[in-house]
Formats: sequence, structure tokens, C-alpha cells
Amino acid sequence: MLQAHRLECIRGERLLFRDLDFALNPGELLRVEGPNGSGKTSLLRMLCGLLSPASGTLQWQGADIRQLGETYRAALTYVGHQNALKADLSGVENLQLGEALAGVTITREAAREALTRLGLAIAADLPTRLLSQGQCRRVALARLMFRARCPLWVLDEPFVALDTAVVPEIAALLSAHVRTGGMVVYTTHQDVPIEAGERRSLRLGGVQ
Amino acid sequence: MNRAGIESTVPPSTAAQEASLAAAFVAVVRRDLLLAMRRRADVLTTLVFFVIVVSLFPLGIGPELNTLRTIGPGVLWVAALLAAMLALNRLFAADYADGTLEQMVLTPQPLSVLVLGKVAALWLTTGLPLVVMAPLLGLQYALPAEALYTLVIALALGTPALGLIGAVGAALTLGARGPGVLVSLLVLPLYVPVLIFGAGAVDAVMSGLDAGGHLSLLGALLLVSLVVAPLASAAALRIALD
Amino acid sequence: MNLYKYAAPSTFYPLAGRLAPWFYGAAAIFTVIGLYIGFFVAPTDFQQGEAYRIIFIHVPAAWMSMIVYLAMAFWAAIGLAFNTRLSSMMALALAPTGAWMTFIALWTGALWGKPMWGTWWVWDARLTSELILLFLYVGFMALHASIDDPRRADRAAAVLAIVGAINVPIIYFSVQWWNTLHQGASVSLTKSPSMATTMLWGMLVMAIAFWMYCIGAVLSRCRAIILERERSADWVKEIA
Repeated sequence: MLQAHRLECIRGERLLFRDLDFALNPGELLRVEGPNGSGKTSLLRMLCGLLSPASGTLQWQGADIRQLGETYRAALTYVGHQNALKADLSGVENLQLGEALAGVTITREAAREALTRLGLAIAADLPTRLLSQGQCRRVALARLMFRARCPLWVLDEPFVALDTAVVPEIAALLSAHVRTGGMVVYTTHQDVPIEAGERRSLRLGGVQ
Repeated sequence: MNRAGIESTVPPSTAAQEASLAAAFVAVVRRDLLLAMRRRADVLTTLVFFVIVVSLFPLGIGPELNTLRTIGPGVLWVAALLAAMLALNRLFAADYADGTLEQMVLTPQPLSVLVLGKVAALWLTTGLPLVVMAPLLGLQYALPAEALYTLVIALALGTPALGLIGAVGAALTLGARGPGVLVSLLVLPLYVPVLIFGAGAVDAVMSGLDAGGHLSLLGALLLVSLVVAPLASAAALRIALD
Repeated sequence: MNLYKYAAPSTFYPLAGRLAPWFYGAAAIFTVIGLYIGFFVAPTDFQQGEAYRIIFIHVPAAWMSMIVYLAMAFWAAIGLAFNTRLSSMMALALAPTGAWMTFIALWTGALWGKPMWGTWWVWDARLTSELILLFLYVGFMALHASIDDPRRADRAAAVLAIVGAINVPIIYFSVQWWNTLHQGASVSLTKSPSMATTMLWGMLVMAIAFWMYCIGAVLSRCRAIILERERSADWVKEIA
């Protein structure tokens, strides 16, 4: 259960939003909407603890996320604008090493299978600098298949640069997660139907 | 309440925690070594820089062996220091640019352990070659055998300390404008004690004195930086990602 | 009186404005007294002649350079730990003053060295430590200036100041040791002439003068920083 109390965000010298409240329960999908520059990415980074709010608190299961530290981070998966891939490593290696840093071992076969499911069977062993932007995005999102253990998924524009053939596959991933009791917070400019769970939306204004 | 939520509220036992810290450290070291192997040219540039700088001094000062013998320890140390400093921009900058640093900050591992792993990997690829190369270059300065031996030990203690101290500077200048020169300004003053005791150890041996005191002080500096630097770097990384 | 109310920039600003002139005034008075003692009352040193009188500026400046660094690191640490804006602004205000003190100490050290030993620079332990301290100050200011977001700049510079503060004793000790080892002749500014009491009094008075000046300068600079940082606040718009 994620709760936000009166979050305030100031970037540079601009006030992006203030007095933001919301609560997110298991099985819910929260879509954050708003015009460009309204603070969507900043809000998502705040949820991850990467950004400190100017004021307000964020609580995970009743405890402040700043106090929880590692416990909260273990429950969280973030896919941001950047793909977080090492250009010199292959898709398979990126997945394996990414999970190893979090303390989880996955086999090469498991990684390859995840990438195949997203249409990257051949490209899985190429260094990611040789892949197209859409293919790289797919590798970045393939990580989600190993993150069922993290109840909270925070995704910033997951569908951007993605080939249309793969979009339903990713939507299915999100639905499955939510159906099994996970929570997803995401932003997107595209209208992608995700059939599962309680779908809610949060609109960021553009504070004057 | 979902099953994953239940799992995350059970704290792991201490033995499991220690095992996972060691595993995280090893994972980071392996990752960075793998990346360094894919870009071998980068690794060699540090070593080549070291060799070139050391070879430049006699050209500027003159080939008189007695003079060279006197300035040798200092020159080798300053060159090693500058080479170590140049290698710093490989520590965090690439990870910061492609988003993997962010992911590291978000793992449920203590960030200081991950930083320690990165610094260890950097030392293996840039510091250790300096330590191995230095005695060969010391011969160019007609340093006697005991001096070369002490030089190796001093550099083996000093270069990890330089890497640790440098990590703080590298972390602080992430996302700052014009980072290249700024790191040198921040880090070189902090390098001074290592330089003084490191070169001093070799000088002592060449004057017939015992270098034990200097080497112990170098060891102490290494220990202090092992404790302080990962914490300071982790704090600086979080600030940079804010 | 609740001192915590001065922790807000809006209340500290007028307070600093009222206090600064007093400190400048005190600095002026003490400087006059101190220089009088230093240049007219204190006896001529039989070893170093008249040239030694520069220590009445050199030594207090050196002391202040170190005190200001510690103060800067202290306020920066407070700002980092408690996320208070004014503490970080105070640290930022202290830095240039500290750098100036270091610069004066170096400059007067050189002026002393020239008539004494014929060179403009001497690798004396104190001068070398002052030089490194100058680099630490400049590093702090350069790091702060190179990060665009002011709060992020405050925090990064605070980490640097704290790491520097830990290092200052280590650097000082190592330079001290390096200097004594390499000393052939004992040229040293730290080996001060045996002090007549009047000389000590002169230095003490000058030290107080420098201290008063530093506080006054820091208060004024802090006011300027407050105005710039808080320029979108209502109370600033009323003043400006």
C-alpha cells in the first residue's frame, strides 16, 4: 500500500505541483497524466526515492520510505526514460547482471526465453549498441518478467519507441502483475488498453 | 495482501545479509571487469600515460643519473597520481549517462558496497598495472633494488587509497558543468598525504633509513579511506541523481 | 528569546543587517590598536629586524583561514543533515572570506620570505598547508558554481567540505612531517622569534580584528545570498 501525503515538487525554481495526495492499493493500476513539464517524471522519481519532495511524505505500508530504505527498494522496480543498458553487453548479459546486482541469479536460458517472448530471439546475444531504439526498449522492459517479486512497478513511458507488435505483450505483462496483487504506476502519452485490476488515473495540472 | 509484500517484511538473517553483501560486491566487480575487457583500449591509455609522463621528466631535466635518482621517487609518484586521476572519469560517468547508476542506487543493497566494488574493479584495471609497471620505470631513474621494492609496496598501498579518495571527487562532479578539470581541483589536494608518505617511504630507503613508519601511515590512510570514501561517495551519488 | 526564529532567512536578513556595521566598527578599532602595537610599540627583533612585523598580519590571517574553514564545514554539515536553507547559505558566504584569509596569509608569507631569505616562496610547512587550504576553498566554490540547481549544489559542496575538514588535520600533519624531514637549513616561518609580550598582545589584538572583520563580511555576504536565493518570496519583493 503506497500513500502520498501533500507532496510538493520544486524543480529549478518552478513549482510543479503541491498538496498531492493519493493512495495505491494492491491490484491497482495508476496512470499519471498531464501535459509535458507538469512533473510526471519527477513524481515517479519521488515514488522511487530518487528525488526528495520539497515537502510532504510518502509511505509504504504505513512507514516513511526514507526510514525503510532497503526494504522499500526491495519492493520496487523502476523503468525510467533511460533503458539502463550497457552498450557493450548483450541483452542476455544485461538482464543477468541487472538481476545479479539485486541479489537474484537468473540462468542464461531464462534470460533468452524472456527476450524471445518479446521478439528478440536473434538479437539477444548482440551487444545492445547494435540494436534499434525499439529493441533496446524491449530489453529494458524484459527485466519486468523477473520482477514479480516486487509488488510496486514504477514505469515512465514504457510504451515509447516500442514497435506496435510488442505493445500488447507489455500490456499483458502489466495486467498479469496487477491481477496477482501487484501495483503499477505509469505514465504514457499513448492510449494502451490494459485489461486488469482497478484502473485509476491522476492528472497533474500545471500549477500557476 | 500479496505474497511479495509478506516476503519483503521478513528481515533476512545476519549470515544471509553478509552473504548477500559479498555477493553484491562480487557482482559489481565482475560487471565492471567484463565491461573493461570489452574496452581494452581504455584500460591501456592509463598505463601509457604513466609511461609517457615518467619518460618526459628526464627530457626536461637532463639525463644526469644522480639528479634522476634523487627526483625519481617523486616523479614516479606524481605520475602515478595523475594517471590514477585520469582514470576516474571511467568510474561513474558512463553509468550515469546510460541510467545504470540509477538502477544501482535503487537496488536493495547498500550503495557504499556497490561503490566499493566499482572502485575495486577500477583499481584492478588501472591501479594494479601501475604497481606492476613502476619498478620497470624506476630502472630508468637508476633507483636501487631496495627502493624499487619499497616503491612497489608503497604504490600497492597508495593506489587503492587514491582510487577511493578519487571516487568521492568523481561522484561529486557528476552532472556538473565542465567536470573534467574540476575533479582534479577537488581531488589533488586530498591526494597530498598519500603522495608525501608514498614518496617519503622510497626516499627513506634510499637514505638508508627504514620505511616502516611511512608504510604504516600509508596503510592507515588506506584504512581511513576504506571507511570514509564509500560512504561519502554514496552520499554524493544520491545528491547527483536528485 | 527564541534563537530559532532567526533560522529563517526572512528574520535573519534584518538581524544580520543590524549586526554587520557593529562588527565592521569593532574590526576597524581593533585594527588600529593592533597595528599601532605591531608597528610602533613592539620592539625591533634583533634577529629579523623590522621585516618580522608582517607576522601581525600573517599569523592572524592564517588562524582565521583555518577557523573559517571549520565554520564553513560545520554549517555545510548542518545544512546537509537538517536540510535547512540558511545553514547552507552561511557556508557559501564563509567560503570567499576564508579564501581571502588564506590568500592574505600566503601573500604576507611571501613578503616575509623575500627580505629574510631572498626568495618569494618558501616550502615551509605552514605556507604549504595554506596553499593546499586555498585549493580546498577554491574547490568548494568551483564545485558549487558548476552545479546549476542551488540546493543540489549546496549538498554536493557540503559533502566536499566535510571530506575536506576530515583531511585538513591529515594534510597539515603530513606537510609538517614532510617539511621537517626535508629541512636542511631551518628556514621556517613557523619558528617564530621568541616573543616579547608586546608582540603577543599585538598578534592577539590583530587576531580579534580579523575575526570581527570576517564576521562582518560574512554577514553582509550572507544577506546578499539570501536576497538572491529568496527573490521569489514576498518579503524580498517588498524590500526590492
